[in-house]
Amino acid sequence: MGAGGAEGAEGAGEMGYPPSLGNRAGGNPISPAQAPPFTVDHGELRAGIRSFVERELTPYADEWERERWFPNEVFGKLAGEGLLGLKYPEEYGGAGGDYLDDAVLIEELAGCNSGGVAAGIGAHITIATPPIFKFGSEEQKQRFLVPAIRGEKIAALGITEPGTGSDVAGIRTHAKRVDGGWVVNGAKTFITGGVRADVVVTAVKTSPEGGHGGLSFLLIEKGMEGFSVSKKLEKLGWHASDTAELAFQDVFVPDENLLGEENKGFYLIMANFQWERIAMALGAVAAMRRLLEQTLDYAKRREQFGRPIGQHQAIRHKVAHMAVKLEASRALTYHSLRLFHDGQDAIREVTMAKLLSQRAACEVADDALQIHGGAGYVDAIPGVSSSIQRAVRDLRLGPIGGGTDEVMKEILGRQLGL
Amino acid sequence: MATAENVLKPDFGSSSKHFIFEEHHDRLRESIRSFVERELAPHAEEWEEQTFPDSVIARMGELGFLGLSMPEQYGGQGGDYFCNLVLSEEMTRADCAGLTMGVAVHTDMAMPPIHLFGSEEQKQEWLVPAIKGEKILCLGITEPDAGSDVAGIKTRAVRDGDDYVINGSKTYITNGHRADVIVLVTKTDPDAGYDGFSLFLVPMDAPGVIREQRLKKLGMHASDTALLAFQDVRVPATAMLGQEGKGFYHIMWELQGERLIGAAGCVAGAQRCFDKTLEYALEREAFGRPIGKFQAIRHKFADMATKIEAGRQMTYMTAWRFANGEYPVREISMAKLFTAQMACEVTDECLQIHGGAGYMKEYGIERAWRDMRLNRIGAGSDEIMLDVIGRSYGL
Repeated sequence: MGAGGAEGAEGAGEMGYPPSLGNRAGGNPISPAQAPPFTVDHGELRAGIRSFVERELTPYADEWERERWFPNEVFGKLAGEGLLGLKYPEEYGGAGGDYLDDAVLIEELAGCNSGGVAAGIGAHITIATPPIFKFGSEEQKQRFLVPAIRGEKIAALGITEPGTGSDVAGIRTHAKRVDGGWVVNGAKTFITGGVRADVVVTAVKTSPEGGHGGLSFLLIEKGMEGFSVSKKLEKLGWHASDTAELAFQDVFVPDENLLGEENKGFYLIMANFQWERIAMALGAVAAMRRLLEQTLDYAKRREQFGRPIGQHQAIRHKVAHMAVKLEASRALTYHSLRLFHDGQDAIREVTMAKLLSQRAACEVADDALQIHGGAGYVDAIPGVSSSIQRAVRDLRLGPIGGGTDEVMKEILGRQLGL
Repeated sequence: MATAENVLKPDFGSSSKHFIFEEHHDRLRESIRSFVERELAPHAEEWEEQTFPDSVIARMGELGFLGLSMPEQYGGQGGDYFCNLVLSEEMTRADCAGLTMGVAVHTDMAMPPIHLFGSEEQKQEWLVPAIKGEKILCLGITEPDAGSDVAGIKTRAVRDGDDYVINGSKTYITNGHRADVIVLVTKTDPDAGYDGFSLFLVPMDAPGVIREQRLKKLGMHASDTALLAFQDVRVPATAMLGQEGKGFYHIMWELQGERLIGAAGCVAGAQRCFDKTLEYALEREAFGRPIGKFQAIRHKFADMATKIEAGRQMTYMTAWRFANGEYPVREISMAKLFTAQMACEVTDECLQIHGGAGYMKEYGIERAWRDMRLNRIGAGSDEIMLDVIGRSYGL
């Protein structure tokens, strides 16, 4: 019973101690992944996706990061496993599942060791196809959703412009009514998947005054005259994903490509924000879990001053802090997911989950970097370190994308009447 | 096809109930809230000066609030563990954290070990009257020379025929002055390490039990905190609680429930302080508008609300696991650490938003600030929680 003995005993000694306050005796530990809203069925789905990710994505992550691109065939492979349409009805080629299945997919994609690959796939599944499913006519679903689920057409969402981001009322890309359709002029930027996209779900101003009441969405297709990728943007992180600046010069878009109602585009934007933010929170939670595992592994193997660095109290506490941040984010994220899945209004909880998890993920990644030291700062050394430097860069987008931290705080503050 | 009309629109007024709570919990909540607001809150100021009276425990026993999750055969309500969370949350409405702590020591720290480890005789002697509010309980772990390092406990219980003779001292004992009985951690075999501890139920009127100082504190003024001495206190062997030599493990189990209830109290306390501060920020004007309308202040509230909600969800999910038969030491430690730090940060931010008014006694914010600070120390300090969590990962 030497120095620190009681702390040790409290940490480990009684872990297996059986009594419980509960009405149900015994009981196996419940894996976080099977806590509500997840069920045992989701565990099976998870195992299947995990094996797919380990087989088809992770081994290629380094190469794709270097190439600043992952091949389009990835969508075909995902489609082959039925993963692009988990939440969509079978009549469109989907799996007939729901958002929870997509939640599992999003968490597991984070395991591929490249934020860019996860983001590139995520843009198609999480933000670009849901508006087509929700607001599209039957004909539009057949033209765009069905091939998107098959991995034959890749979709992107185009809202942000060089002159406007969170303030969507400031959108200037303009669609002028002409006989049989619209003529679009303007530019979009930071469009994930925009370089490769076959169809861009594009927000345009359809009334002279613009603003919330004057936005519409057009399905703008690759090959339409005047539509071009003006630049493939270089980034701090997300290297494997393509991020585009798009130009629209007198692009004629036919009537049948109007998505949803004219001048009601703002609602289309709002409709998917909650899911997009939950998806981001789930991604951050999964990334933190991975970072924690990698860091634990490293801290147990790396020796300094005669013992594994994890046995030094400062490092042990740093790791504990990482774990607490992960757990806090997970609790809040799963809560918002439960509410969302139950069809309850969850704007407050979703906003909180997004805000907390993205910032936490940056902090956790930075702690992981600190604990890995030089081995974290350099690119992955096979058998020695993981690509922590990539995670640090990739996760930094979290507090910016999908609505910045500051916008989240505005939403929460105003909800409180402030 | 979705149209503008059926798209989800913000409805901030809707409630988002957690799945662990059912309708009967809501009714219990209303009932406790009404009692707390009518019978406790009006006396908070007075009790801050002179500690709360024992009659509070008696009254709560009469109303059935002291044994919410205890079996009916002992006079309890037979409810689930979540009922205790409801009690812990609603008690914060008294704005008298010392009172909340005194009651929690009785219901959620000293009582569960008697229920779980006690003999039928011990339960009849102590549990039944404790649930009725006729006897008050306290718990004795910490000593002048041993706090988190439980292994350093020196209070000795030595077998002498059919009796044990106890010598030693305990400190920082909440309810120590008012209690009728103490759940006492002693060493029965100094050579057996962690297997050398045993618990005893020691009547506080037994000869040799000396209630020394009434300790003065930074906060939690409504509670009484004692330094106790045990000089040749003789108790029968039947006063041993649980198994001989298992005292350390018994008390480690007790601490899990204590920490989880503490976490629930931190969340509720932080929410209470937040609500009051929000009201203040909407009333108080500076530079021509309510201070809450300034972005810097608005974002402080957004951050606080997020932290509080995260703490709440950690606590509820961990409670759910606990109530389902798990022994989630890691998650409980996480919830305890996170909520205690969060609550201190929130009360500090609330003090900041109140400015000078917060520094004055009148608004109750300075009291919350002082009271809350204990949570990062009591029931295992932040540093102990970090060690427990780190070690649970094999570090």
